[in-house]
Amino acid sequence: MTETTPDAVPAAPAKPNVIEAPADRTRRLRVGGLMLVFALIGLLLAIFTKSGKATFQLVSGDLQNNLLHLPAQAVGLLLGILGVGAAAAYIVRRVPQRYAGWLAALLGICFIGAFLCWASAGKTFPLANQFQGTLNFATPLILGALAGVLSERAGVINIAIEGQFLTGAFTAAVVSSTTGSAAAALIAAAATGVLMAALLAVFSIKYLVNQVVLGVVLVVFATGITGFLFDEFLQPDANKLNTPEVLSAVKIPGLASIPFFGPILFNQTILVYLTYLAVAVVTFVLFQTRWGLRIRAVGEHPKAADTVGINVKRIRYSAVLSAGILAGLGGAFFTVGYAGSFSKEMTAGNGFIALAALIMGRWHPIGATVAALFFGFATQLQSQLQIIQTPIPGELLLMAPYLATIIAVAGLVGRVRAPKADGEPYVTE
Amino acid sequence: MSTETTVEPAPVPAKEPQRSGLPSWAIQGLVSLSAIVLALVVGAILIIVTDDQVKTAMGYFGAAPMDTISAAASAVGEAYKALALGAFGSVTAISESLTQATPLICGGLAVSLAFRTGLFNIGAQGQLIAGAILAAYVGFAWHLPAGLHLIVAILAGLLGGALWGGVVGLLKARTGAHEVIVTIMLNYVAIYLLAWLLTTSAFQRPGRTDPISPIVDSNAQYPQFGDTRLHGGFILSVLAAIFVWWLLNRSTIGFELRAVGANADASRTAGMSVGRAYIIAMVVAGALAGLAGTQQVLGTDLPLTDGVAASVGFDAITVALLGRGTPLGTVLAGLLFGALNAGGLQMQLITQTPLTLTTVLQAVIVLFVAAPALVRSIFRFLPKERGSGAVLAKGWNG
Repeated sequence: MTETTPDAVPAAPAKPNVIEAPADRTRRLRVGGLMLVFALIGLLLAIFTKSGKATFQLVSGDLQNNLLHLPAQAVGLLLGILGVGAAAAYIVRRVPQRYAGWLAALLGICFIGAFLCWASAGKTFPLANQFQGTLNFATPLILGALAGVLSERAGVINIAIEGQFLTGAFTAAVVSSTTGSAAAALIAAAATGVLMAALLAVFSIKYLVNQVVLGVVLVVFATGITGFLFDEFLQPDANKLNTPEVLSAVKIPGLASIPFFGPILFNQTILVYLTYLAVAVVTFVLFQTRWGLRIRAVGEHPKAADTVGINVKRIRYSAVLSAGILAGLGGAFFTVGYAGSFSKEMTAGNGFIALAALIMGRWHPIGATVAALFFGFATQLQSQLQIIQTPIPGELLLMAPYLATIIAVAGLVGRVRAPKADGEPYVTE
Repeated sequence: MSTETTVEPAPVPAKEPQRSGLPSWAIQGLVSLSAIVLALVVGAILIIVTDDQVKTAMGYFGAAPMDTISAAASAVGEAYKALALGAFGSVTAISESLTQATPLICGGLAVSLAFRTGLFNIGAQGQLIAGAILAAYVGFAWHLPAGLHLIVAILAGLLGGALWGGVVGLLKARTGAHEVIVTIMLNYVAIYLLAWLLTTSAFQRPGRTDPISPIVDSNAQYPQFGDTRLHGGFILSVLAAIFVWWLLNRSTIGFELRAVGANADASRTAGMSVGRAYIIAMVVAGALAGLAGTQQVLGTDLPLTDGVAASVGFDAITVALLGRGTPLGTVLAGLLFGALNAGGLQMQLITQTPLTLTTVLQAVIVLFVAAPALVRSIFRFLPKERGSGAVLAKGWNG
């Protein structure tokens, strides 16, 4: 940063003579180049867009009214050019770091917009469904990623989110089937999430087991135990034990009548509202409360924290166990929040996607949420595009979010920095 | 914090707690054995609480407690007997165990080698699939003379795995992208790539609508041992283990890999190229997983299907963890897990105990092996290891 000294104020602010470090330069060029490639692909898509109107459905299931007709190619071209402009601005103008994110976001929106125009030229794209589905896919990811944020900020790596999802989904299904109570199901799911977290905490904090190893083992363990119990109990007695009631949507009066986003965001199940709450609470707690400060302290520099009298292990236990609540609720979404009955390995790697969202979001609750929404968006887009039939095979579209993650981790995010003591057990002499 | 130790001028060589005459491999063996015993106990508990007869006997526990105990004992006994017979009971059983162990050993080596370089390779699954895709394609689309065809197909498999793994090493070296994330993502990419390929005319068997490829030429198949499912791929697994041992312990490259794995910063200071080590480790690891892919598709399965990898790539992680990243340990762990898988299938058949029980057993074994302190707190007689806890995986910043 070049700060102008007070006596230099009258001098005309000529070109800010910022000297760029070589590393920053390569980074700028690499990221910018990547952005440009995406922008050009978007532009190319726009050029090859069929003439005709792209129709966007603004209310779910409504095929007559509330349609948005756009000239596909014109809009596509506009977005493509805007995207190229954003990429060029990033490369040429040396945009300050804090605006770079906005430029990247703008580019992303342009790219997706151009892509949608290309895919839905002459067809109807269910836009409302797209956002609805995004939220559905993202909800457990957000909860899982937040759980990761909480425990990793305290210095305990949590690869076991997938395992917590599985046990949460399982218990929620069983408890909902046997008691018929949604509240009981959610509480039970949270409790098993905490139970798995307790395993993670005890083995990593007390027995100093390598946390990455431990996480993988816990996932295998959860897969095995839920699979075993499913085979032994749920399978033969499905009517009694595996017929959970899916949570019903609760409309929030007022907010739900906001056009377009209202019904998508505020006509949801209690679990989704809990997710909104969790994002706010985790962000607040982590950055505004004493406990949060302590969590971050023991995750960055446990020894310093210990020196000033913070009980490192106790803070770590509390963070990991509270994270378990979130991950367990995330698991509950798979059964009582969405699909109903439990099936073996039904979380299908979502816990690992949550982990990726956590890292893409740079261990920040808001960043992790945005990354989770991105994953949700891509997954939902794939199923939508299969419905409106694009020339791209569905399997290749399914790859997109994963490839995007690799690109993001390798190119855009670059060297992400985890909490410094993440993964290191704290041993007092 | 009770006693503040003063700084000793010359610290006395640390007093070994419970010094024992046992060499470290023996101690590790004892810990592993104890872990297996503990896992079997956990498994027994699961069998007991889910057994119908035990449940009935529990109903009148007060009247005849022995009934419950004998029912429990017989439930556990029957199940474990079936497990043991299925794993070692006959020539067929043993060959089945070895067949199951074959890809686990290669996959385990792929994870172990990366561990020793300080990388956590969760991507054996994707590398295995990539290898299987290329090997299968060469196997059914090309037609070469006997002998040559198998070799070319195996090489194609090695290449596929090496590419899939190499990307990870390259990205790690060049951009610092964390290998755990990249390998997880590449696993999914490989799964969907395979699913897509099996719908294309190049891969799908003519006349079929399900995702299955033509059967690989008999020239490209591993030779079978007698009537069993065991094939020549098993010998390659053993050779691969010897190769990895040689690479790690007898070659210059291996020394660099281990140095980088032990301390990347110190290695960099000493003039080694850390990035090069990452790339080499991931290329070789990928090739090993690719070899496991050839074993699946040219030995066990023959047509390529979307289930070609089953869960081998993930089981390979637990195998490597149990084997503590050493080639010999990985072979032994692979054999154990192969036996558990083969025995588990028999157990499911005979006593209707779900196969998933073996997954639980495997997880618990590795959990206990990874926590020697816990095992020692249960089995007090176990001596403390010296210099144990070779760093297997580091945190995100590692």
